[in-house]
Amino acid sequence: MVHAFLIHTLRAPQAQDTGLCRVLYSCVFGAENSPDDPRPHGAERDRLLRKEQILAVARQVESMCRLQQQASGRTLMDLQPQSSDEPVPLHEAPLGAFRLAAGDPFQEPRTVVWLGVLSLGFALVLDAHENLLLAEGTLRLLARLLLDHLRLLTPSTNLLLRADRIEGILARFLPHGQLLFLNDQFVQGLEKEFSAAWPR
Amino acid sequence: MFTAGAESLLHQAREIQDEELEKFCSRVVKLLQKDEPGPDAVDALQRLFLIVSATKYKRKLEKTCMDLLQTTLCSPKCPEQLQFLCAAILRERSPADSLSLSWDHVQSSQQLSLVASVLLAQGDKKEEVRSVGQHAFRVLESRQPEGPSLRHLLPVLSKVTHLAPHTLHEDQTNLLSKRLVEWLRYASVQQGVAHTSGGFFSTPRARQPGPVTEVDGAVATDFFTVLSTGQHFTEDQWLNVQAFSMLRAWLVHSGPQGPSAPDAGDRSEPEGSTLSVLSAASTASRLRPPRERLRDKAFEYCQRLVEQSTRRALRRGDADLQKACLVEAVLVLDTLCRQDPSFLYRTLSCLKALHVRLCGDPARARALLPIAQFFLSHGEAAAVDSEAILQHLFTRVPCELFHSPMLAFEFVRFCGDSLPLFGRNLDILKRSFPNLFKLLAWNSPPLTSEFVALLPWLVDASTAVEMLHALLDLPCLTAALDLQLRLSPAASERPLWDTSLRNPSCLEASRDPEFQALLQHLLRAKASGTVQRLAPLHQLLQPMTSCARVVQCAEAVPTLLQAFFSAVSQFADGALTNQLVLVLLERRDSLYQVPQYEARVHRVLSSQLLALCALHPSLVVDLAKELLEFVGSVSSVHSREAMLAAVAWAVGEYLSVSWDRRCTVEQITRFFEALEALLFEVTQSRPSAALPKCPPQVIAVLMTTLTKLASRSQDLIPRVSLFLSKMRTLAQSPAPSPVHGEEDAGAICTRATELLTLLKMPSVAQFVLTPSAEVSEPRYHRDANTALPLALRTVSRLVEKEAGLLPG
Repeated sequence: MVHAFLIHTLRAPQAQDTGLCRVLYSCVFGAENSPDDPRPHGAERDRLLRKEQILAVARQVESMCRLQQQASGRTLMDLQPQSSDEPVPLHEAPLGAFRLAAGDPFQEPRTVVWLGVLSLGFALVLDAHENLLLAEGTLRLLARLLLDHLRLLTPSTNLLLRADRIEGILARFLPHGQLLFLNDQFVQGLEKEFSAAWPR
Repeated sequence: MFTAGAESLLHQAREIQDEELEKFCSRVVKLLQKDEPGPDAVDALQRLFLIVSATKYKRKLEKTCMDLLQTTLCSPKCPEQLQFLCAAILRERSPADSLSLSWDHVQSSQQLSLVASVLLAQGDKKEEVRSVGQHAFRVLESRQPEGPSLRHLLPVLSKVTHLAPHTLHEDQTNLLSKRLVEWLRYASVQQGVAHTSGGFFSTPRARQPGPVTEVDGAVATDFFTVLSTGQHFTEDQWLNVQAFSMLRAWLVHSGPQGPSAPDAGDRSEPEGSTLSVLSAASTASRLRPPRERLRDKAFEYCQRLVEQSTRRALRRGDADLQKACLVEAVLVLDTLCRQDPSFLYRTLSCLKALHVRLCGDPARARALLPIAQFFLSHGEAAAVDSEAILQHLFTRVPCELFHSPMLAFEFVRFCGDSLPLFGRNLDILKRSFPNLFKLLAWNSPPLTSEFVALLPWLVDASTAVEMLHALLDLPCLTAALDLQLRLSPAASERPLWDTSLRNPSCLEASRDPEFQALLQHLLRAKASGTVQRLAPLHQLLQPMTSCARVVQCAEAVPTLLQAFFSAVSQFADGALTNQLVLVLLERRDSLYQVPQYEARVHRVLSSQLLALCALHPSLVVDLAKELLEFVGSVSSVHSREAMLAAVAWAVGEYLSVSWDRRCTVEQITRFFEALEALLFEVTQSRPSAALPKCPPQVIAVLMTTLTKLASRSQDLIPRVSLFLSKMRTLAQSPAPSPVHGEEDAGAICTRATELLTLLKMPSVAQFVLTPSAEVSEPRYHRDANTALPLALRTVSRLVEKEAGLLPG
C-alpha cells in the first residue's frame, strides 16, 4: 500500500540554489502509529512530524533526480513537447527508486518511487515490500492524469488552488493508497467518470 | 510551471495573519451555510486548503468553521467537489483533538470513504481504526454482493486490515474471504452496458454487449481477471479488480496466527494435502472453510494470469500491466505456499515453465526476481535445486540490464532481502560480486547505502584482495560500461550513455586488442581469482573522467572502502592482512584520475592502514622490505602525505622487539636512514608551484618516528639529536621562512624541543616512546611510582636543572 503521495518542485541542476524545494501537494493515507504522547500538544507535534517527513522525502527525491539527470547528460526541459497538444513522453521521464531506512524519516522502512516531469516531482512512499512495477505504472498514470486534467503545461495554471481535482483523481485511481491493477480500458472508464463528475 | 506567481501565492498563504484568517473563516461559514453553495464556496475552500496545508505549523481555525466542515462533509446533498474539499481540509489538520464526525447520516459510500479517510488520519489515539473497520464491515454485511457502491468500501477495508489487522473478528474475516471468492472467481464475463445519459435519440433497449476480451483482442477463454478488457465494465468486474489488488495483503494479514504461520485449520484434514495434489476440482465442491476456498481461488487466478501474460498485448499500458501482474502472481503464489504447503507441487511446475519462458525475454527480466526468491524460500522443502536459477540470474541479468535504475534497485533489494535464504548458494552471490558492482557503478547514488549493508555478506577471504582492487577501480568500471554501451550494436530508443559527452577520443582506441583484454577483465561477470594491472586502461579512459556518472561513483567509493575494511577486519588473519596492505601500498599511485578521487581515497587508505597495523602489528616486520621501498621511492611528498604519514607512524609504533621478536637492529637502522634522508630532502627543498611545501604534520610525524626508532637502537641517538637541533634552528630562524608560516614553524620547533628533551634520558625515552602493552592498564596511571605523567615531569625538571648548570 502507498503511505503517501506528494508533488514538489524540481529545480534545474544548473540553477544556483535560489529558493527551497517546495512541497506543492501531499496526501498521507492513514497515519503511522505515533508513540503515546500524553503532553497537551502531542497532536500538533504529530502533524509537524508528518510534514517534516514529507519534506525530507521531497528533498531526497530532488537530489536523486538531479543526480540521475546529470549522469545521463540530459535536462528536465528535454521533455518539453513541441506544442501543448502533444502528450509529454512520460516513458522517457526520469524515474527511480530508493529505500528509506527505519527511523529515517519514517518509523518503518519504506521505499520511494519517484518521477520527474519538467519542473515537478511526483513521488509515492510505499511500504517496504511492494510490487514496484505496479507502483511505477501507477505513478506514471497519476502524472499523466494530473498533467492532462489540471492542464499543467499551460504556463498560467498552477496546482496550488486545485487540490479538489487532485483529490478527485487520487480517490479514483489510488483510493486510500491502494495500488490498483488497471488495464487501459479500465483507466479510460474511470477517466470518463471523473470528467463527467468534474467538468473542466 | 512553478512560476513566480505560484511562489508568491504560497508565500501569502503562509504569511496570512490570525485576524485575517478569522475573517476569512467567517466568510467561508457564510458561504457554506447557504442552501446552494456555489462556485464561490468552492473557491473559498480551495484557498482555505492552501492556507492550512502551506505551513507545517498548526493554523487556528474557528470551531464553527470546523464543525460546519464536518457537517457539510456528511450532508447528503452536498456536491462532490465540496465533499472532497472538506475532507481534504479536515485531513490536513489531522491529528485534531476536536473531531466529532458521525456516521449516522452518511448514505453514499463515497462519503463514507471520505469520512473514513479523515478518521484514519487521526493516528489511532482513540481507536479510530477499529471503529472505521467495524463500521465498514457492518455496511458490507448489510449489502448484497452486487451492491452498487461497495467499490468505495473495499479500499477502506484493505487499509484497516493493513493498519490494524488484530481488530477484525473471525466471522468478519470469513465474510470478506467469502465475498472475495465470489468477486475473484465468479465475476461476469459479459461486458458492461454503457451508461447512456438518456436523450432524444437513445433507444430504450441498449445494444447487447459482447463478451470480455483478452489483451490481444481475442475473446476471453475463461473467467474474468484484471487482464480482461471490454468497452464498459460491470460492478462485479470492478470489484474483481479491487479484490485482486488487495489480495496479497489480505492473505498475509488475515491469517489467524500472523503472516508466516501456516493455517491451523489444515491440521484437521489429514488427507487434505494429498487430495488437493490429485484433483483441484473435487476439493472445490466440498464446503471448505472460507479461508481455504479463497486460497484455492487465488491459486486459480494466479495461474490464469500467468497464462494470460503470454499473450501479446495490443496497447503499451496493457503490456506494462502484464509484467506487473506476473510479479504479483508469483508473490501471491509464494504467500499461498507459505500458508499451505500443499500448493507447492503445482506451483513449482508452473513457475519452472514460466522461468524458462522469461529467460529469453529481457523486457521481463524484473519478473525473474520474485521467481528466484520463491525458489530460495521453498526450494529446500520441495527438494529442488535453485542453483541453476540463481546462476542465470546473477550471471546474465546485471550484465545486460545494469543501466535500468529500477531493475538495479530491485536486484540489490532482492539480494539484501534474501540473504538468510541463500544457504549453500551464498557462494554464488559472493562470486558474482563483479556483476553486482556493475549495478553499483552505474547507479551509485541510490545504491551506495544498500551496498554498505550488503558488503559484509559479499566479502570472503578468497576474494577479498580481488574485491579491494575492484572497489578502487569502480569509477573506471563506470567509464568502461559507458564505453561498452556506445560500442554495442544493440540500439535502444534513446541513448543510454552520457549524452553530454559526444564521441570521446578513446572510442576508437579501445578496439585495440591489448585494451580489449583489459576491458574484458574489468567487465567480467564472476570473480576470476586473478588480479590484473589496469594502469593502461586508466590512461585510455582519461577523457571520461569528467563524466558526471563517473564523478558520482568516485564520490561513493570512500564510503564503500570503509564498509569493506570494517567487514574484512572481522575475520582477516595475518596473511590476508599482509596482502591487503600490499594492495594499499601498490595502488596508492595507480588510481583512475578522477578529480579529487586520489586525495579522498588516500585519506581512507591511510586510516585503514593504521587500523590494520593495530590489528596485526607484526605486519610491519613481515612487510619491512615493501615499506622500506615505499619510503625510499616517495620522491615528492605532494599528494602522498596521508599515506606517508600513516606508514611512518606505523613504523614508529610497531617496529620494535616488543611487538615482534624478529625485529632486528639492521631493520631499525635501515628505516632510520631512509626516513632521515626523506626528512632532509623535504625540509631542504625549496617549495615551488609544482612542489608545495610539506605540511607540518608530516614533518612532526617523521621527527617523532625517527626519535622512536632511535630510542630502540641507542647508537642512533646522537644522529637524531643533531638532526633535531638543526630542525629547531631552522624553524627558529628570525629570517621570514619561505618554507613555513609562523604557527607551523612554532609547532615544529616545539615538537623538536620535546623530542630532544626526551632523548636526553634514553631509558625514559624508551619508556615513553615504546611503551609495552601493560601501559594500557590502569595501574600505570594510578601507581605513583610508574605513572607516566609523573615520570615526564620528573624528567623535565631534571633536564631543566641540568641545562641551567651547563655553561652557555
